[in-house]
Amino acid sequence: MSWEHETVVAFSKSWGLFYLIAMAVGVLVYTFWPSNKKRFERAKDSILDGDDKPWK
Amino acid sequence: MLAQLTSGERQLSIVVLILMAMVGLAMAAAGRGDPIGVHGFIVVVASVAMIFVMLSGLYAPEPSAERLDHYYDDPSKVGVILTMIWAMVGMFFGVWVASLLAWPDLTFDAAWASFGRLRPVHTSGVIFGFGGNALIATSFHVLQRTSRARLPDQFSPWFVLLGYNLFCVLAATGYFMGVTQSKEYAEPEWYADIWLVIVWVVYFAIYIRTLARRKEPHIYVANWYYMAFILVVAILHIVNNLAVPVSFGHAKSYSAFSGVQDAMTQWWYGHNAVAFFLTSGFLGMMYYYLPKRAGRPIYSYRLSIISFWGITFMYMWAGSHHLHYTALPEWVQTLGMTFSLVLLVPSWASAGNALATLNGAWHKVRDDATLRFMMAAAVFYGLTTFEGSFMAIRPVNALSHYTDWTVGHVHAGALGWVALITFGSIYCLVPALWKRERMYSAKLIEVHFWLAISGTVIYVFAMWNSGILQGLMWRTYNENGTLTYSFIESMVAMHPYYIARAFGGLLFLLGAITGSYNILMTIRGHSQAALQPSDDAPQRNLAPVAQPAE
Repeated sequence: MSWEHETVVAFSKSWGLFYLIAMAVGVLVYTFWPSNKKRFERAKDSILDGDDKPWK
Repeated sequence: MLAQLTSGERQLSIVVLILMAMVGLAMAAAGRGDPIGVHGFIVVVASVAMIFVMLSGLYAPEPSAERLDHYYDDPSKVGVILTMIWAMVGMFFGVWVASLLAWPDLTFDAAWASFGRLRPVHTSGVIFGFGGNALIATSFHVLQRTSRARLPDQFSPWFVLLGYNLFCVLAATGYFMGVTQSKEYAEPEWYADIWLVIVWVVYFAIYIRTLARRKEPHIYVANWYYMAFILVVAILHIVNNLAVPVSFGHAKSYSAFSGVQDAMTQWWYGHNAVAFFLTSGFLGMMYYYLPKRAGRPIYSYRLSIISFWGITFMYMWAGSHHLHYTALPEWVQTLGMTFSLVLLVPSWASAGNALATLNGAWHKVRDDATLRFMMAAAVFYGLTTFEGSFMAIRPVNALSHYTDWTVGHVHAGALGWVALITFGSIYCLVPALWKRERMYSAKLIEVHFWLAISGTVIYVFAMWNSGILQGLMWRTYNENGTLTYSFIESMVAMHPYYIARAFGGLLFLLGAITGSYNILMTIRGHSQAALQPSDDAPQRNLAPVAQPAE
């Protein structure tokens, strides 16, 4: 396969679409995966405690 | 501050500084009669001055192990001060170049004071000097708190902070001498660019090393934004600045790219500098300081993750909207336009997330100007991203491109979003860093807030008017089919708007000076009694109100 301009353009125009959709699906799956819910809830609350020292 | 460094770190600093001084000396020798020689002297002077500072504390006793029980905030403190200094310098030059457009005589017949040289001093001063220092200072603070881990060592944060400021000084002084690559927002020449790469790699390493030592299992979303900022800026900076210098003794270099590829690479860089320097990093700031100040968790953590990946995936493709109607293939233009439109989704998700976090706490926004800074920033972020998507549409761009509308858009983002979120975060950060109960004066924060808002609004409205008028005048034909207005006629029509713009910018500068005074007085301790070191909460002079059930 030669790396002519047309080849690269055809590749980006077709596969670019698919890998972007694949990444988007991956993010949505991670975000809405049920067992991640607890971790996210904890993360958003944990910055609010007044603790200002590194943990041991 | 030196006493906090271990003797090994002090020795390492001196070794690094000696190496830097030697490189500076080589630049000065090889670049005789060239601006790079002047920069060599600046590097030597800066390094030798720092060597003397280090020698003064070289034999101080070892710091106690007790320091490891606290976060390492000294670099953040210095970073905040540098942020405010650069704010005043960068905005002063902004007012000057704005005035220069209204009154061209203000260039005083001096080459260094010509518009083409002062303008990058303004843009680099505010973006890299003010914005960059704010990002470095806050990122060290946020990184430690959200990881529950101290920075990995006490040398590399200083290397990053001071090395970065050396880059900013080389950039600004270079512009005065006429040194430029002629790439917008990437003007510094090859040697300054190489130095920034070294600094930036150390910055990224600090992030990775601290995260590797984190005690909090989940990496808070603010860190994702900060890391995307550091990583992507490194990639953009390296690729766009690929160049071959004339010789090692010359400041001038030639880009590896030419023609439309050069334009595309530059605007891929340029737009992603907006995306990852001026958006991603400051979103990291917002996702930490806004919930912290409001005392409420972010409205939706899941939405923040989706916005993060949305911005990170899609911004990369939007740069070509800067090159509508050029030699760039039309499908690339359309691609950039489409992604710019889709970008509105993650952008508004972040803006909406911030405002929804405040929903139910509007009394705090009313009473607390610091929180109001952040709220106004989120509003401007929403407005500017909408405007940006709109302007990326090709036929709209036909009217707006090359006009002051673009300048107005950039300043709605830079003043309204970047500067307001920075000032809000700094007012939240300063009392925490210096262990003060609150800022020196809440009144002065109010004054700063209203100066900043009125300055931004005056600026943006002036530029909308002048930009659209300009665009229309440039495309008005008479019955003979020729242009109705000459270019100089459109210049004359701009004059009142340019005066208004300079005035708006002046108000914004006055706000920054007010803020700097307030921060200085807070640091000097002209306020209430010092707090317990463990208390890192926002000020408590607000009436306690029961949180509504969620």
